[in-house]
Formats: sequence, structure tokens, C-alpha cells
Amino acid sequence: MGRLKDAVIEKILLACALISILTMIGIVATLLFETINFFSEVSIASFLFDTKWTPLFKPAHYGILPLINGTLIITIGAAAVALPLGILTAIFLSEYASPKFRQVAKPVLEILAGVPTVVYGYFALTFITPLLRKAYPETNIFNAASASIVVGILILPMVASLSEDAIRAVPRSIREGAYALGATPFEVSTKVAVPAALSGILASFILALSRAIGETMAVTIAAGMMPRLTLNPLEGVQTMTAYIVQVSLGDTPRGTIGYQSIFAVAMVLFIMTLGMNIASQLIRQKYREAYV
Amino acid sequence: MTSIKIKNLNAYYGEKQVLKEINLDIGEKRVTAIIGPSGCGKSTLLRCINRMNDFIDIFRAEGEIDIDDKDIMQMDPVLLRKQVGMVFQKPNPFPKTIFENVAWGPKIHGTKDKSTLNKIVNNSLKQAALWDEVKGRLKDNALGLSGGQQQRLCIARALAVSPEVILLDEPCSALDPVSTAKIEDLIVALKKHYTIVIVTHNMQQAARVSDNTAFLLNGDLIEYSDTDTLFETPKDKRTEDYITGRFG
Repeated sequence: MGRLKDAVIEKILLACALISILTMIGIVATLLFETINFFSEVSIASFLFDTKWTPLFKPAHYGILPLINGTLIITIGAAAVALPLGILTAIFLSEYASPKFRQVAKPVLEILAGVPTVVYGYFALTFITPLLRKAYPETNIFNAASASIVVGILILPMVASLSEDAIRAVPRSIREGAYALGATPFEVSTKVAVPAALSGILASFILALSRAIGETMAVTIAAGMMPRLTLNPLEGVQTMTAYIVQVSLGDTPRGTIGYQSIFAVAMVLFIMTLGMNIASQLIRQKYREAYV
Repeated sequence: MTSIKIKNLNAYYGEKQVLKEINLDIGEKRVTAIIGPSGCGKSTLLRCINRMNDFIDIFRAEGEIDIDDKDIMQMDPVLLRKQVGMVFQKPNPFPKTIFENVAWGPKIHGTKDKSTLNKIVNNSLKQAALWDEVKGRLKDNALGLSGGQQQRLCIARALAVSPEVILLDEPCSALDPVSTAKIEDLIVALKKHYTIVIVTHNMQQAARVSDNTAFLLNGDLIEYSDTDTLFETPKDKRTEDYITGRFG
């Protein structure tokens, strides 16, 4: 009787595990199917090298470069905000903050990560953008800079929290060795703890960046819907995710090339974030061997 | 001139007193061993000398420890630790190259010149009797060394900042007998230049390497004399019981 129960439980657990795997396979299959349809009408070369993205208007252009440009400009801007701030926060929390302060600060930081991203979008539009326009009057209402800053704030808790974990995982004995040589806390953290935790820190960077690449609501609201191949952060851009939102909410009929284009864009997005997640896994594995 | 004078030292972890009215004069360029059963406070006493206990929030010490007639309780601990090196129970090299491990201390204290650093690394590794084993692979990661080699690397790392005092906290407890013998020879050789204090739970080791021995029990300094006297004709009954193996 007990054995039968065990077998049933095992099957139920297996079914649960399979659900997520099957969902994953389903998503990839859908993407792949529509992407193949898309490329039967649009050549891969024009998709990758055309500099205009106007699939919904005539004459239609299907160059994804403006969308990739929009995504990257915001991701790089977000990285410029989140990586230095995140690592400095992590150093402060792991090496300087009292246990009491850390007990309060870490949950607060994680609450930041729990704020709905649509709120961040409006925060950018109604608070950051007006500030930018005061400093640089030529700033567009929808602009990449504002979106970068807000996505940076959005991924900051992830960088700070994961980097802090990595730094704190460096054994106490190694720190003591450094202190015993007459090192200051700053030297111990920057010249021993951070280098020893480097691969963990890098993994947190990559995870945060792939989150920035996939971020949708905040960038759609703050950066706008205008695909532009520009490096000027004060102009509006459209990211890959924002384009997908635009088509999904619009009246583009199923089966048209415009409809299929969002799957091709999603495929590119998927490959980018998958690549970054794999990179982060590889770095993590290496990091496990760093000190034993 | 680097004698250490410990005067009326009391130490506490929270409410619990772990060292009671310790008075101890440690002679320069000698090896002084601190022995006693687990939990007697010997490591705590050693860590008072370079103020490594400062990192423990609930730790508190009263009294005076003079090194060269300067009270270390009033000193900047960073400067103190440059003068008083330490080697720990478990080898703790940095996850860096052998060269970087030894050069790390001199670098943070301002030595930038490459040839000076090379010289310091060479000398320190030679003094730590490790040079011949690692000279061809200074760029290899230190974690690839054996436990005994890692511990001698940690000694070299401590020597590289030219301290006057070296504290050894059970430096052989994680090592095999051959590595232990090497470290013991090294300790005896190093006392020509350094004042050495070693904590050990191994009485034979204390007898082999030290000139003076202090016996600690439950935070009290029971007996302190030259090593031969302490082991051959202990004055206190408790010392005799401990060294003859009746407890501990």
C-alpha cells in the first residue's frame, strides 16, 4: 500500500516537473514556427542589415537594427547606472554595514525589485524625464536616457543583492589573513574579497543585463514607440520588447507579415537572453572552484 | 628590542570572562609557547596581541599590552598588525598566484617597484624554506600547493611585510607529520630575527620549539617559566597533571 502511494506521488511530482518543461518547449516551438513563416517572406539578410524597421507601413522595411539599437542603448545605459552603484552597495553591505543595518537594508532593497515595472515607467515619464528636460531642453518626451536610468534602478537590487552574496561567501579566514597583514577594511574588500568573488559578481551583472534586455513595460512607457537608429540618448527609441507590445495591442491581423514579425523579434530576444543566462551559468561554475 | 609585556589583561565575550588578570613578559627573539586544553583562552590571548579580536562584536578587553613600551590598545590596529604578523590554524592563502600572495602585503604598504617586490618575494620564500619547491612556478595559483606548502607560504606572506613579532595560532594542527617537522624547524630558525609566540595543543611541539612556555587553564595563567623547567619540574599541581596527560 505504502509502495503504491509512493509510486503515485512520484508520478504526480514528475507531472509537475514536466509542465514547466513542456511549456518551455511549447514557447520555443511557437516562436520557431512563426519565425520560419516570417523568413519565408523576408530574407535574413534584409532582417539583419536593413537600417529601417517599418513593418506596419508602406514601404515596409524589416531591418531589426533600430530595435536592437534601442534595446542595447537602454541596456548599456542601465548597466552604467546599476553596475557601479550595485557593486559599491554590495561592498558597503558586506564589509562595512553592521549586521543590524544589513538586516533592514537588504529587505528594503528587495522591495525595490518587487515594485511593478509599470510604476517605474511612469516614474521615468513624470519625474526623471522632466528633470532631464530641465538640464537638456532638447530632450524628447520619450527618450532613451530616462528609460536607461529607470531600468538601471530596476536592476540595481539584483546586482547589489547577488554581488553581496558572492562577496560574503568569500571565507572569513581569507579576510583575516589580509587583516593580519595590516590591511584596512577598504583594502580587504577591494583587493581580496571582491577579486575572490569576481566570477559571482560577473554572473550577477550578466543576469541583471539580461533582465534589462527583456524589460518591457518601463521602457515602452519611457522610451516610446519610435524605432530609430540613433546613439543620442535624448531621443526616443523603440526596443524589441516595446515593438512586441505595440503589435500585440494593435489591430494587426493574425497570419500577416506584421503579426509574424513579432515572433521573429521575440526569437532574437530569446536568443540574446538565453545566451546571457548560459554565460552566467558557466561563470558561476567556474566560481565554485575559486576557493576550496 | 621587541619584548611584549602583558599587564593585568582581562578579556570577555559578552558576559563571559575568558582571560583573567594575565601578566606575561615575552622576551624578544625567543619562542614562547602558550599551551593549555581547548577553551582555556590561549588563542584569545594570542589574538589580543595583534587585536584580531576587535572584529568580534561582543569581545571586550581591559588592561595593557606593551610592545616596545607602547600600549597597543591605544595604537592604530592597522599599524600594529604590520608590526605583528600572524599565521593561522588553517592555511589561508589568497586565491591568487604564489607571487601575488607574498607581494600582497608589501604592495598595500606602498612598495610598487617591481624589482624591490621581486627581492622581497624571493627573500621571504627563502626564509620560509619554500623557495626551492616553488621557484619555477611563482605564477601558479597558491591553492594548487599542498597543505604544508600553503602554510609555509602563509609564513612567507607574513614575513614579507617585515614584522617584528610573529604569532602562530596552532600552525600545524591541519598538517601531516612531515610538514609539521618542516614548520617546526622553520620556527626555530626564524627566532634569530623575530620574536615568536606560538599557541599549540601539542605539548611535544611546545617542548621541541620553545624557549619559554606558559600554561593556561580556564583563562588563568597557571605557570610560566622556561620550557625545560615547566616540563621537567612543574611547580603547580595542575600543570603537572596536564603535561603528564591526566586531563586535557
